[in-house]
Amino acid sequence: MPPIVQSLLLVTAQVIVLLAVSPFLVGLIRKVKARFQCRQGAGVFQPYADLAKLFHKQPVLSTTTSWIFTATPYILFASTLSAGLLVPTLSSQAPLNFAGNIIALVYLLALGTFFLILAGLDAGSAFGGMGGSREAIVASLTEPTMILSVFTIALTAGSTNLSTIVHKTALLEGIVTDPSPHLMALAALFIVTLAETGRVPVDNPATHLELTMIHEAMVLEYSGRYLALVEWAAGLKLAVFLSLIANVFAPWGIATTLTPAALAIGLVAYAVKIAGLAVSIGVLECMFAKLRLFRVTDLLGVAFILALLGLLFFYILRS
Amino acid sequence: MVLPLYPRQPDTQRLAASICASVAAGAGIALGLLGLTAPEPVAFSISSTAPLLVFAIRIDPLSAFFVLTISLVGLAAAIYAVGYVRHFQGGTSIAALGSLANGFLLSMTLVVLADNGLFFLMVWELMSLASYFLVVTEHEKTDVRYAGFFYLAMTHIGTAFIALAYLILFQSAGSFSFEAFRHPERAVPEEIRTLIFLAALIGFGTKAGIVPLHVWLPYAHPAAPSHISALMSGVMIKTAIYALIRIYFDFLGGQFPWWWGFLVLLAGALSAILGVMYALMEHDLKRLLAFHSVENIGIILLSIGAGMIFQTYGLKEFAALGLLAGLYHTINHAMFKTLLFLGAGSLLYAAHTRNMEEYGGLLRRMPWTGLFFLIGAVSISALPPTNGFVSEWLIFQTLFLSVQLPDLLLKLMLPIAAAILALTGVLALACFAKAFGISFLALPRSAHARHAEEVPAAMKIGMGIPALLCIGLGLAPMAAIPLLDRITEPLTGVSIAGKVLALDGWALAPVNMEFSSLSPSMLAAMLILTGLLGLALAFLFGGRLAKRYYKTWGCGMNLSPRMEYTATGFVQPIKRVFSTIYQPTVKLETEFLQESRYFAKQRKFELHIEPVFEKHLYDPAVRVFLKIADRLRLLQAGSLHLYLAYIFVTLAVLLLFAV
Repeated sequence: MPPIVQSLLLVTAQVIVLLAVSPFLVGLIRKVKARFQCRQGAGVFQPYADLAKLFHKQPVLSTTTSWIFTATPYILFASTLSAGLLVPTLSSQAPLNFAGNIIALVYLLALGTFFLILAGLDAGSAFGGMGGSREAIVASLTEPTMILSVFTIALTAGSTNLSTIVHKTALLEGIVTDPSPHLMALAALFIVTLAETGRVPVDNPATHLELTMIHEAMVLEYSGRYLALVEWAAGLKLAVFLSLIANVFAPWGIATTLTPAALAIGLVAYAVKIAGLAVSIGVLECMFAKLRLFRVTDLLGVAFILALLGLLFFYILRS
Repeated sequence: MVLPLYPRQPDTQRLAASICASVAAGAGIALGLLGLTAPEPVAFSISSTAPLLVFAIRIDPLSAFFVLTISLVGLAAAIYAVGYVRHFQGGTSIAALGSLANGFLLSMTLVVLADNGLFFLMVWELMSLASYFLVVTEHEKTDVRYAGFFYLAMTHIGTAFIALAYLILFQSAGSFSFEAFRHPERAVPEEIRTLIFLAALIGFGTKAGIVPLHVWLPYAHPAAPSHISALMSGVMIKTAIYALIRIYFDFLGGQFPWWWGFLVLLAGALSAILGVMYALMEHDLKRLLAFHSVENIGIILLSIGAGMIFQTYGLKEFAALGLLAGLYHTINHAMFKTLLFLGAGSLLYAAHTRNMEEYGGLLRRMPWTGLFFLIGAVSISALPPTNGFVSEWLIFQTLFLSVQLPDLLLKLMLPIAAAILALTGVLALACFAKAFGISFLALPRSAHARHAEEVPAAMKIGMGIPALLCIGLGLAPMAAIPLLDRITEPLTGVSIAGKVLALDGWALAPVNMEFSSLSPSMLAAMLILTGLLGLALAFLFGGRLAKRYYKTWGCGMNLSPRMEYTATGFVQPIKRVFSTIYQPTVKLETEFLQESRYFAKQRKFELHIEPVFEKHLYDPAVRVFLKIADRLRLLQAGSLHLYLAYIFVTLAVLLLFAV
């Protein structure tokens, strides 16, 4: 197979995997939560049915909105999916590795956030502005942590490109003897994941209460296919973060060569890892209550300190 | 570039000024490009009758780059002025405004071309004065006069330090020519070099607006007419960046201890974060933009400071990368800041106010201005695939390369600077989500906004040029990097274009592909393709789209602009989280109905952000200064005899010293 065809196939496979797996993750978390609350809960495939239903529904648009409101779902979907293409999933040799490193990933996600905040303001209701305003503060407190924690990992691997990091870690190249910087970075990144994907204790995706909601407040005015795309993008973002954690910190099983057998093993390993992470998020959501908005800053502050300590540990252990 | 304007008709004057400026800017662009590609610097000089002063100009790649930047912004501003200046007709002298604006452009160009210290100081002063007169265009307003005075005072404090730096250089060089500065007659001792470094940092830092010398900037930039604000924020403050690079890397030969770079880095980080934080709290659109200039100057200095640190440790390639990233951000910031100031000017033109809380819904009424402003907002927030993102990405890579430094403190501080840069980036995003969202989206918040109309074609073209460049400079770094490399090569001694560009220029890979890479064009292609995939999926699953329009749910009431989220409300969580920095004071007075304390008759809400630097740094200094001036007043008795006596005494003292 010529390399270009191989790359195209890999990219297509990645797109399909990400799009297919993201509603499942959402469904799985809901199921876990339901079981912990002694409920039967909807099936794990319910989000797929929801998406299909939403795509068929006629969307209602507010008369106050502009083109920003209708363009945002597509921009959000595009930026999140593009960010997903920079994260290795099945194979550590992601063909689009050259297109951008971890900074590009962070800023692609920020592009989506920017437009989502705008869309929230566009409808003119107070809820959208409220959600946007809260999203802005949460995003501004998570991003420095994300940069620092990923940099700590990048130091070990000698690269800021995600595929290169994963590839080297999977082949056990450049691993430090002491894993403590990695553990610190992992803890920091996990908190960032909870905040960025709008999970408890930062945001609660299950409620529509104006006192607490962040993401749901911004997308309140969306309906029909626009809502479907926004929801799908939210699922994608979850998948992106979980893939990032799964493959950067535990790249075991990922295909380091492009043989069908290795890719098949990679697929199974990937599914197991992110399902495990989704279950752990579900469990965490049942164990903790949502924090008051202005207590969230303490949690994110802890995450930043953890990331900073990771960096410090790295240098101290080295010298 | 200057032309005294004789025609009497304001319309003709307006056109003549803009045409002259556009032609000159076109010539400047050509000159800049030629200078960047020319193999050897070109010098040219006219001697003067005054001792030591030579009207010498020299175009090397560094000067050429700044000429190019100034001319690009000048072109956009000149075309924009054709429409915008109509706004001032009737009150202000159009001829004066036009010739001052052109004189301002000329003096900025000469500042970056000057090859003689005295000549430099002369045109520097000319630039400051021209911009002062432009700031006080609307001098009938008290706050404009205050802004002008503040600016004049601050800029002269800066000039004093710059003059000091140049005099010290002159001392050791024996001449004011830049060539002599480069190769002084006697070696300059270390303490004297440090003095030059500090004097230049303070002097030029005042012009650049680094914290805490930035206080004049949010007064002066908004007070000027908007196309002048674009020139001031877009390029005038950059002349200080030019001068700093010229002195540190050229005159002082790129030889300095590590703490110089570290100090520049610290000043940059502080300016970046405080600039954006104060910008967030502003609801006057032009003041907000002025604070963002402080932020971006900070980002540029962050990069240059990192470059200086690498230079100290002999890591020349990384030093070149830091400089290159800083210069790239310089031209990028010039483009998007010009675009945003011109956009703010359009809003002012259409809605007659600078207060964001009185805009709203303008995207429907002014679609082009809105689109251009959005492009500027996305660029300044450093979002892919625009130019702001590409240069900030390069700065991140520079900071990450700190892993190669031998010193543990620096190894830690540079990644922390990267974290600060990340925080700055997101806060800028929040700020522009606010600025665009509150101004252009939802319902109009005032009668002005309801009746706003799209601006004339000239203003649209004026905004269109920088908008296109914002996208172009982002997608085609392969065109910009080799040119920028020509600037940094003579300064650091290494060429890095081949190492920064990979895959035939389609990707950026500072140092190597292994460490990091970015392909802005690929990212743009991915965004477009995945966006189309989204559209295709929507069509595939949902079929043809039929939409229904209905008003937004207003909790059972009809939605009115008063229910919308305000700019103040939007930033409230940020203000609360960072209250240590803002130290807000809130005053809430409620007047109750006489019958019952459960019903309020009226409420009054006041919110103030503590201007920390003005209150704790400048006010005491001004008080001391006034006290001294009060004492000195005794000398000024107003009697001619006394003054003659002063002259006599001075002469006598001088003669005594001479003997």
